[in-house]
Amino acid sequence: MATTSNMFLYSLTIQPPTAITQALLGQFSGTKEQQIITASGSRLTLLQPDPRQGKVNTLLSHDIFGIIRSIASFRLAGSHKDYIILATDSGRIAIVEYLPKVNRFSRIHLETFGKSGVRRVIPGQYLAADPKGRACLIASVEKNKLVYVLNRNAQAELTISSPLEAHKSGVLVLSLVALDVGYANPVFAALEIDYSEADQDPTGEAAKEADAQLVYYELDLGLNHVVRKWSDTVDPTSSLLFQVPGGNDGPSGVLVCGEENVTYRHSNQEAFRVPIPRRRGATEDPQRKRTIVSGVMHKLKGSAGAFFFLLQTEDGDLFKVTLDMVEDGEGNPTGEVRRLKIKYFDTVPVAQSLCILKSGFLFAASEFGNHHFYQFEKLGDDDEELEFSSDDFPTDPRASYNPVYFHPRPLENLVLVESIDSMNPQVDCKVANLTGEDAPQIYSVCGNRARSTFRMLKHGLEVSEIVASELPGTPSAVWTTKLTKYDEYDGYMVLSFTNATLVLSIGETVEEVTESGLLTSVPTLAVQQLGEEGLIQVHPKGIRHIVQGRVNEWPAPQHRSIVAAAANENQVVIALSSGEIVYFEMDADGSLAEYDEKKEMSGTVTSLSLGRVPEGLRRSSFLAVGCDDCTVRILSLDPDSTLEMKSIQALTSAPSSLLIMSMEDSSGGNTLYLHIGLHSGVYLRTVLDEVTGELTDTRQKFLGPKPTKLFQVSVQAQSCVLALSSRPWLGYTDPITKNFVMTPLSYTELEYGWNFSSEQCLEGMVGIHANFLRIFTIEKLGETMIQKSIPLTYTPKRLVKHPEQPYFYTIESDNNTLPPELRAQLLAQSGAVNGDAAVLPPEDFGYPRAKGRWASCISIVDPLGEEPKVLQRVDLEGNEAAVSAAVVPFASQDGESFLIVGTGKDMVLNPRQFTEGYIHVYRFHEDGKDLEFIHKTKVEEPPMALIPFQGRLLAGIGKMLRVYDLGLKQLLRKAQGEVAPQLIVSLQSQGSRIIVGDVQQGITYVVYKPESNKLIPFADDTINRWNTCTTMVDYESVAGGDRFGNVWILRAPERASQESDEPGSEIQLLHARPYLHGAPNRLNLMVHFYTQDLPTSIVKTNLVVGGQDVLVWSGIQGTVGVLIPFVSREDVDFFQNLESHMRAEDPPLAGRDHLIYRGYYVPVKGVIDGDLCERFSLLPNDKKQMIAGELDRSVREIERKISDIRTRSAF
Amino acid sequence: MADKLRTQQELERLQAKYVGTGHPDTTSWEWKTNIHRDTYSSIAGHPPLLSYIALAENEPVAKVRSRMIRKMLQPVGPPPPREGDEIFVPPRQNGS
Repeated sequence: MATTSNMFLYSLTIQPPTAITQALLGQFSGTKEQQIITASGSRLTLLQPDPRQGKVNTLLSHDIFGIIRSIASFRLAGSHKDYIILATDSGRIAIVEYLPKVNRFSRIHLETFGKSGVRRVIPGQYLAADPKGRACLIASVEKNKLVYVLNRNAQAELTISSPLEAHKSGVLVLSLVALDVGYANPVFAALEIDYSEADQDPTGEAAKEADAQLVYYELDLGLNHVVRKWSDTVDPTSSLLFQVPGGNDGPSGVLVCGEENVTYRHSNQEAFRVPIPRRRGATEDPQRKRTIVSGVMHKLKGSAGAFFFLLQTEDGDLFKVTLDMVEDGEGNPTGEVRRLKIKYFDTVPVAQSLCILKSGFLFAASEFGNHHFYQFEKLGDDDEELEFSSDDFPTDPRASYNPVYFHPRPLENLVLVESIDSMNPQVDCKVANLTGEDAPQIYSVCGNRARSTFRMLKHGLEVSEIVASELPGTPSAVWTTKLTKYDEYDGYMVLSFTNATLVLSIGETVEEVTESGLLTSVPTLAVQQLGEEGLIQVHPKGIRHIVQGRVNEWPAPQHRSIVAAAANENQVVIALSSGEIVYFEMDADGSLAEYDEKKEMSGTVTSLSLGRVPEGLRRSSFLAVGCDDCTVRILSLDPDSTLEMKSIQALTSAPSSLLIMSMEDSSGGNTLYLHIGLHSGVYLRTVLDEVTGELTDTRQKFLGPKPTKLFQVSVQAQSCVLALSSRPWLGYTDPITKNFVMTPLSYTELEYGWNFSSEQCLEGMVGIHANFLRIFTIEKLGETMIQKSIPLTYTPKRLVKHPEQPYFYTIESDNNTLPPELRAQLLAQSGAVNGDAAVLPPEDFGYPRAKGRWASCISIVDPLGEEPKVLQRVDLEGNEAAVSAAVVPFASQDGESFLIVGTGKDMVLNPRQFTEGYIHVYRFHEDGKDLEFIHKTKVEEPPMALIPFQGRLLAGIGKMLRVYDLGLKQLLRKAQGEVAPQLIVSLQSQGSRIIVGDVQQGITYVVYKPESNKLIPFADDTINRWNTCTTMVDYESVAGGDRFGNVWILRAPERASQESDEPGSEIQLLHARPYLHGAPNRLNLMVHFYTQDLPTSIVKTNLVVGGQDVLVWSGIQGTVGVLIPFVSREDVDFFQNLESHMRAEDPPLAGRDHLIYRGYYVPVKGVIDGDLCERFSLLPNDKKQMIAGELDRSVREIERKISDIRTRSAF
Repeated sequence: MADKLRTQQELERLQAKYVGTGHPDTTSWEWKTNIHRDTYSSIAGHPPLLSYIALAENEPVAKVRSRMIRKMLQPVGPPPPREGDEIFVPPRQNGS
């Protein structure tokens, strides 16, 4: 298979998808606490809402390597723990349990029922579990339904039966829920359409009259058999069902939601129907009917029948729907329904799933844009909102009635407490280094309608600054220290200047201390709290030991000074300028005792480290000494071998800083590491063997061009390494994956840092830069991408960058939306008449809609300004909408760059229609801050792709490829050729070669022949790829993504590529014999990989300092992924082996075959799945050992290789 | 002979189990209807693809999904009249 390829890439996800396809509430840990399970792409994520802080924290995210189609939760009677059922594309049903102790998902059952893949008749699209946890039904879009009976055996283990079939051919399912029937036989309700009659009727009448049916399927637990129990015709526009509480809680049955229609239905009850109120407003179309798109049912504690629904329309309006019950003689509700009521509740962004928590919060998983976490202020019980009751409306949806209206208003019942960043949908993405930092940033456009955003993504940890104060001089170092062993917080902050030392006390205020006992007339090398109440200061001329006000001074030998020092609670070690090392240890009476011998080193000592005293021991048993001869030595401090050398390691540069520190490792235990910072800016981490002192398993990372300094700090009760080079970095163990990560801090450069702990700031850091003292904290580990967003106006379509200036231009357009000029017109008309003219903010309420209308604009985004914002907006008028954009330098204008925007007028998307297409030309003013419209050129079709080409513009207009030059009145046509079979959507070029991507017919290579001014296709594709994006990897190859979620690389055959570029070959090319109705040559597939997400952009760039070029792709669900090329064949073999072992040892949770998943459409070729390889660190130790044994390497070596490949080229 | 029968039975079983499995007499209309139904159900079943369409059309995902499923009812128009029933148009031409 893949071994035949000579190109190998390593695929990694650097930001997982943030779109949530479904969210579920449950007690998955088995405690009272409610948690949320979300399915996003192939990931199952467990979220823990924190009601006290009003935050949602991620507990666990698990890639199941399969498409999650539907999830459901259930609880066995008498149990307190919810299980999760997964319906995926594996053709199997999986039951998963969350294990809170180890923080893992564990699979309990996996039952195969059909073929894999997302197919029409393979169950998986719908999943419903009986509310009492006795059965679940899994159904396909068409025909098939399977019921599994869930039970428990004598050992109280969950059991699952063999499936019971409830198939009916010719039936399409629109929605499926489980009925709440208490402890009667489980019943499932499905909304179905039957097409078997329509298939037999040549007149087409049957299809027009096809009705939607509400069908009940009953599982007879006694007979172990499913029957179609009841069915009735419902409104033909119905599309969604909601479960109504039953048993003791309510009347049971379902709510059937269709176009302007919410109907209560049950087999033994009357039907009740209310219409969905329409929005009233000057710009609203009073005739437009709304549909329910999502909703949630919530049971209130206490009384029976206390429940309500929140149903959401496509505008985002939430309606509260309640049922009134007939009351018996004593005023208690009976099981009979009397009326259905609906009223406006609040407006939130359109959600995929809504979850109401018992603690009074609402989690809204938005279908596009940020997810929101709201708190209920009230339940809208006694407000002035009009309530509409089913008494006033006929049950038959075809009967006439008066539509009802409401006025939308800002939130009254809900309060937004947290907005969770989501890049879904990500439409376009560029990588550029605008800030002038070491590593480039990712700029992307996401969101839809008025909730669209331009986002900057930077790799780093968020830092919150507490203090930044100016100092009188420029200190060279800073320390904080406790005053006694028993202090909880630091007492002194000591600053060292070139010839003085400043001591400050830490407390409510920071003040200078004069009677500290520390020598202030000299610079300081180290400060340390020693023993019970002692304090030492190491300065170039000696060591000062202060105990309870008494001062003991140890002077340095004559003509020598101290150059480096290290100390911990019990030990002090110094290095003299002569290269000698002097060791002190605190003895029983609390005084420092010098060790008799001095150890002579070969070179000048640059740094020392002792490491903290391990708990329960008297001393740290190792001393690390770094010398300017590029070595690090480990000396023993054990009493019987004091200052004996244990090991030595040669380095590439002199060490500038050393730190012995233990950290948590992937197995969960602690490992002692020696962290080394080099003068060259490289950071190394080496395992220090606790017994022998050997140094093994070195990992390195280049941090920046300045010498690296290392400090031990504490973040979230974890010991971390603060590494300072040209920018600050933090090395820590990732809380979820337990991998060691080195992440830059999003903060200014620092020269020195130290841990800082006070009453106000428990886990802070203090740092100095120039003459500024800064105190800061890091709140969250693990989230390594910092997002900043700028709101945009409409759904973004493309993003282009100014060639020199740090500005971006976005084109945005919204279909079926009133453009601003019509909005203003309508408002002006109505404003005179009544008070409907209040305009609500479009971010929350959306723009008014109008069929066939387009609202579109061009925005200039300044991401670097004081306050990043949109500088200017150019609205397009006349129902034109922008579809493509490019910045093109025209040779005829002395290389001046222009912004070119392609538009379409009166476009209808499906089937594709339009009246005209245009190409607009804008001139940049004020370095790109302003745009001047020059002219527009009418073309036959909206141009879907534009690029600069040899000082001219190249446009893809329908099937036509055309070269334009800039004229005074319009663009001038210079050359053209019909090169694509259907519609050109992407263009790339290098030299005279143009790579044309067709909307569904793959890639065509075209050559431009300047001599004859012809565009000639010479190679095309073997597969109909539905291109979304392309980029050239080299002159011969192109990488791209398609609409089904594949990423691929194609390469032109060498001979064809050369022939095309030979001068004068046009005759030959023009008359070459077409091969199988296509171009004369075919492209070769080099790489193919299924990513699950739909790639919307792909670029070749580098992401880290000194890293190689990688392919960065962005997905519509918010994924950012990279493909890293392998350099050596050995690495390929190693990772291929590792991948195949991982497939066997860590099979995907939902039972999808990993290899088949990654080769969903085309067999995977030339790509190794890094996401799977990275799961290695999560395996239990014995499996790790086993794989390591098979691969003939150590576990550490494998982990190092996995982390190396990531850190070398990506984050 | 037995083999042929078994093949026949096997084919019939497949046809019963997997809707749309072809047979020698599959008409053009049947084939097209089947392909379209497969396509629509595939779009409805792949969330990124559904988002892509919903985003372009500026409609909620839930509405696009139910529209896709509804389109499966009769994706390529009514079936051609059966032989003997047709009045003007012969079925071959109509079906293609």
